[in-house]
Amino acid sequence: MEPLNGLEITGRILWQFLPVWISLIVVFALSLHFKRRLGLYGKLFDSPIGMIGFGFVMFWIFTGFYAAFDMIITHDPLAQISGLKNEPPGSALRDPGPGEYPWYLLGGDNLARDVFSRMVKGSSIVIGIAPLATIFAFMVGITMGLPAGYYGGRLDTVLSFLANLILAFPVILLFFLLVTPEIIAAGVPSFMAMVLFFFPIVFFTVLLNSRYHSQPKIRTPLLIVVVGALLWGYLALISSEGYLVQTETYAIPLLPQALDFINTSSGFLVVFVAVVFVNSPTVYRIVRGLAMDIKTRDYVAAAQTRGEGPWYIMLWEILPNARGPLIVDFCLRIGYTTILLGTLGFFGLGLSPESPNWGATINDGRKLLSIYLHPALPPALALLSLVLGLNLLADGLREESLKD
Amino acid sequence: MGLFILRRTGVMVLTALCLTFIVFFLTNLFPNLEKLAKTQGNFRMSDEAVLSWLTNNGYMQPTVLKYGQWLGVAPGWTLERPDGTVRGKCIDGDVTPEVAAEAPTYCGVIQGNWGYSTVFREPVSAIIGGKLALTGVLMFWVLLLMIPLALIVGILAGMREGTVLDRGLSTFSILTTATPEYVSGVIFIAVFASSAVGLKWFKGTATQAMDQPTFENFFLPVLTISLYGMGYIARMTRASMTEVMTAQYIRTARLKGVSFHNIVLKHALRNALIAPFTVIMLQFPWLLNGVVIVETLFNYKGFGWTLVQAAGNNDIDLLLAVSVVSVAVVLVTQLISDIGYVYLNPRIRLS
Repeated sequence: MEPLNGLEITGRILWQFLPVWISLIVVFALSLHFKRRLGLYGKLFDSPIGMIGFGFVMFWIFTGFYAAFDMIITHDPLAQISGLKNEPPGSALRDPGPGEYPWYLLGGDNLARDVFSRMVKGSSIVIGIAPLATIFAFMVGITMGLPAGYYGGRLDTVLSFLANLILAFPVILLFFLLVTPEIIAAGVPSFMAMVLFFFPIVFFTVLLNSRYHSQPKIRTPLLIVVVGALLWGYLALISSEGYLVQTETYAIPLLPQALDFINTSSGFLVVFVAVVFVNSPTVYRIVRGLAMDIKTRDYVAAAQTRGEGPWYIMLWEILPNARGPLIVDFCLRIGYTTILLGTLGFFGLGLSPESPNWGATINDGRKLLSIYLHPALPPALALLSLVLGLNLLADGLREESLKD
Repeated sequence: MGLFILRRTGVMVLTALCLTFIVFFLTNLFPNLEKLAKTQGNFRMSDEAVLSWLTNNGYMQPTVLKYGQWLGVAPGWTLERPDGTVRGKCIDGDVTPEVAAEAPTYCGVIQGNWGYSTVFREPVSAIIGGKLALTGVLMFWVLLLMIPLALIVGILAGMREGTVLDRGLSTFSILTTATPEYVSGVIFIAVFASSAVGLKWFKGTATQAMDQPTFENFFLPVLTISLYGMGYIARMTRASMTEVMTAQYIRTARLKGVSFHNIVLKHALRNALIAPFTVIMLQFPWLLNGVVIVETLFNYKGFGWTLVQAAGNNDIDLLLAVSVVSVAVVLVTQLISDIGYVYLNPRIRLS
């Protein structure tokens, strides 16, 4: 088989992304058609910057989604094929088996793995962790920030001190302390997960209870179903192989394996926990500031006069009116989380060394950077385009929401 | 004002104590100590050997007590060996009981004893001093490049809101904030330093810059850190500048017939630079992250590189000293930013 030239490589890469292109066209066509009926999301399509950002973001979301089902990729991202070590983009396999893709589209890395497939597969990891971790960080930040801003006083002082404590830690130092095999062996991430993942349950319980507490007929069954499902998910998430913590010296049994439907490896869990932990205090500060601002408004006073409870006011009066800045920050924060995940991978913390996450791939590639460019640049540019897309999207959203 | 600074300093000390205790607690978890024992002794130590090594070196005491000793508020540990000699935290090696009696009781950070690095086999204070000096040089050039660049970009963009220049510069700032150091550094090395592209304008490593910083070997690391920090400051400057440019007194000045040049330089700039000042100060913690990544990427053996080494090898004393220094940097810059904001902005008065 002949090696491919530049044009052929580009063409074939574009062809590999075909499902992504189709999905993008469908999303854009539908959104543009119905944009007048879609609120803030629809207005996004009035701003070119926002639209470009949205395009980048959706591209990686679809890529990550399809790559999770092994579409788009041409080879197994962990497989090494002899003779392709550090080979340039477009190199042909020596003797491709039947059904095997006969080229390494973006060349091979220093262990003769396919750079293209690793880059694509890396997007699955980011798309799987970053948005979810950001949502968790928001729930922790909102659950703590709303009462701190609304009540003020002692509670605010204590919570703000704790938040500033975490913020005063240089992020990298925190990662080096938290995301090590020894700390995992000591069971620290499991305990942190236990605390951090409890916040969504509190959040949803209070959210629903404050809304429906005057209608027990709806409230009670609703709470039982929602809280039950969340608790099950919570237990499944924090327990692995039937245990909460399983170290050499002690073990705490939890949910039996038969009921455990989420399988998280300890590396994945510790990365997730660390990222949520680092992000929540900043969210807390933003929410607290917004709550302090909004609680002086007339509609809050009206709700107080009506006799609404404090949690109803916080979650159903203040929070919806703080959504603009929060949505913008949510986009920026996913980008920041992506950068943090890259940092973790770059220093070889958390995920297993051969996992194709972008940070680790960049770190592997940079060692030979003076001779071979192709292993390091694709993941670097991928990460750049995703974060840039999120930033542009946030910028577009901010501009459009300010126009209201 | 004096009371405000005093209260802030009090909170700062409390924060520093809490943070160092957290670092102390995490580094003193048993699996970490086990790793330390194995790297110091040998990797095939049995569990009993690990335990006896840890006991003989004072690591098996309660964490709070050890923290007190490290801080210098609890008397240092001493241990009588089977052969009659005595070793302890404040004693150098194994000595006779007579010599040991003369050693000081307290020897912690308060007494100026930062401990001994198990990786570099040197007193911690000597390492930290040298490494901080190296990183100081790096930071000096970063600030020298980053602040003027950020302010110029921000002012030019905010001067005339909505123009092509504004759009272009704002997009550029967004691009720089979206490019973490490990991405921009890799791209810079690939373009400017690798033989694959062939420009070879700069060196891809800054190891030589530790002794002899030159433009060739030092520009890329400085640029890499500056760019990531720059975008945020530039955007804040732009926001502040656009706000000032719509103020009443600017309109008055314009109606009075002051030239645009003079409006920007004499009327707008002073007020527009209050916000960026605090932002620059609050940017220091992020710069610290950048320093760690860039020093690793360019192999510049400064403070950030030491952090990676200390953390990777669980060098407890060194890691604690590194955390104290970085936490101090963060807290002091926060304090300066608060005081500076009050000082620069006449509308805020602390009562």
